[in-house]
Amino acid sequence: MPPTVTLTVTRYRPEQESEPTFQTYEVPFRKDWVVLDALNYIKDKLDGSLSFRWSCRMGVCGSCGMMVDDTPKLTCAAFLSDHLPGPIRVEPLQYFPVIRDLVVDITDFMRKLKTVKPWIIREHEKSLAEGEYLQTPSQLEAYKQFSMCINCLLCYAACPIYGLEPSFIGPAAIALAQRYNLDSRDQAKRERHQIVSAHGGIWECTFVGECTKVCPKNVDPAGAIQQYKLTAAGHWFKALLLPWRTR
Amino acid sequence: MSATPHYTPYHPKWYRRRVSVWWWLQKGSSACFVLRELTSVGVAFFAVVCLWQVRALAEGPEAYARFLVWLRTPLFLALHAVAFLFVLFHAVTWFNLAPRALVVRLQGRRLPDGIIAGANYAAWLVLSGVVAWILMRG
Repeated sequence: MPPTVTLTVTRYRPEQESEPTFQTYEVPFRKDWVVLDALNYIKDKLDGSLSFRWSCRMGVCGSCGMMVDDTPKLTCAAFLSDHLPGPIRVEPLQYFPVIRDLVVDITDFMRKLKTVKPWIIREHEKSLAEGEYLQTPSQLEAYKQFSMCINCLLCYAACPIYGLEPSFIGPAAIALAQRYNLDSRDQAKRERHQIVSAHGGIWECTFVGECTKVCPKNVDPAGAIQQYKLTAAGHWFKALLLPWRTR
Repeated sequence: MSATPHYTPYHPKWYRRRVSVWWWLQKGSSACFVLRELTSVGVAFFAVVCLWQVRALAEGPEAYARFLVWLRTPLFLALHAVAFLFVLFHAVTWFNLAPRALVVRLQGRRLPDGIIAGANYAAWLVLSGVVAWILMRG
């Protein structure tokens, strides 16, 4: 086991430089350390000016996503020992504008997420007195996988389509739209369909499949998009063959 | 500090990196994906040859004989070999991805990926067998 490991970290200080540079840091190597531990060591002991986002340290909050050796990863789950001998390259999530060092601006995603209406919509809300909306285990199973998304945006950083076509709604937002479409309590499939099958929606996706590979929660956004495509194609055929049946 | 924070809609000093034209060469999986997309050229080639064959048939026996001579030239044999490899790669990657898109639930449980892909391969074999039988019969 090496006593230390080198991290090559992106620095971008907009008040000093016009484009990012790399800075190397030597940190102690520990078997139980993840990249986030190393970044915190740098912040605490070597260079307090390094900026990065993190919160929970256990793969729940989704805020510590970065490019580790060119792959989008949650740094709280990327063990140093898996990236030996180093130097380990740590960069901000690609395809997002960089604000400072390893911090990216995710406004674009937040705006897109809102457009797909990721919440339960009812045609008629039940009154409280009528009780809750019940669901069987198999109804829960239908959407549960897509509900595990933590909005860490690793899937966006893995998606070349998002990089090339900024209007693409993107993997996580579509997976979350599908999460509500498949929910037995929801009644807004048609509403979401208009948004998700429009320009920038599911048809932008060419099924590269990288989003699913990098997802730390096994959400399978690529699957969600392809399943949505099948449903949308079904709708289209139905409207073509039975025009009087569609509203 | 004001009670309602003011957010600006843009950041004047963002750094945006342009996506390189060669992005697909930076990773093996991306190159594989682009190769899969390119295999559609092989599919298009077979479709064009098929249309050409129909046209030759319509033009009469002499035109069809000329078409068959064309098909036997080394250039066409080579093109067919390459297009066949493309189409094979296309079919295999397509069938392997099918379980991602096709969710079949039986008694509330999702059918395993292997069964969905297996059913696709089986349908492929059966159809190929039927086509081979029709061709061999003549």
